[in-house]
Amino acid sequence: MSAKDVVVKDRRNPLKVARGLGSSQSGVGHWWTQRLTAVALVLLGVWFVVTVLCLLHADYATARATVAKPWNALLLIAFVLTMFWHAVLGLQVVIEDYVHVRWKEVVLLVAIKFLAVLGALASVLAVLRIALTP
Amino acid sequence: MADTQRPLSPHLQVYRWQVQMVSSILHRATGIALAVGSLLVVCGLLHLAAGEESFNYFKSLIGSPVGLVLLVGWSWALFYHLCNGIRHLVQDVGLGYGIPQFVRSSWLSVAGSIVLTVLVWAYVLTPGGAA
Repeated sequence: MSAKDVVVKDRRNPLKVARGLGSSQSGVGHWWTQRLTAVALVLLGVWFVVTVLCLLHADYATARATVAKPWNALLLIAFVLTMFWHAVLGLQVVIEDYVHVRWKEVVLLVAIKFLAVLGALASVLAVLRIALTP
Repeated sequence: MADTQRPLSPHLQVYRWQVQMVSSILHRATGIALAVGSLLVVCGLLHLAAGEESFNYFKSLIGSPVGLVLLVGWSWALFYHLCNGIRHLVQDVGLGYGIPQFVRSSWLSVAGSIVLTVLVWAYVLTPGGAA
């Protein structure tokens, strides 16, 4: 028995090993969701900028009353959720591309998801508190 | 993973700088900046929900010189990411892949973002004009 025969332990076809890895999993879903949230953010982002500009010199009561309007509260929650979703998808790609140490990559990927969920929940609670308390 | 000695992305050292590179890098950079800026939106909403005193404190923070500089930066980042994002969506449909069009649309994103930023801040800083 030569040394070469000992090294070859895995006799599976290389294709069998490769299937299920890389872009054959959920890459298309990620790509599509990023575009979908992007289109939503074009509309919601412009609405958000215009709304903030309208509140430029508003006092507290006016600002609160504006956010409390049903349509504004709805769109604001939609904006915040889409924003954090899109941000996580984008940051994920950046981290996967540039962080070449596996444990740092995983820690960062988990951290941005935790932060985004916390940020989204905090924003939604704040908007609901403003919208539902008279 | 990178247990290898071959060069890894981004290959900045081997390319001559050109506008398509700048627009692509800026898209990622502004994306990261905006992800951080999203925390400002959360802060604003939380302060608004917490009461008048809290909200006025928040307003004084973003109205301070440092706050205004950050806001100008974030607004440009938002407009750049918006313009270039629309450009990428158009390319996703399959349009604008000729090299001259690609270069032109890159410049359009950069120019459009600067124009939008200037317009918004002209509106904000015009005394009495902005209601």
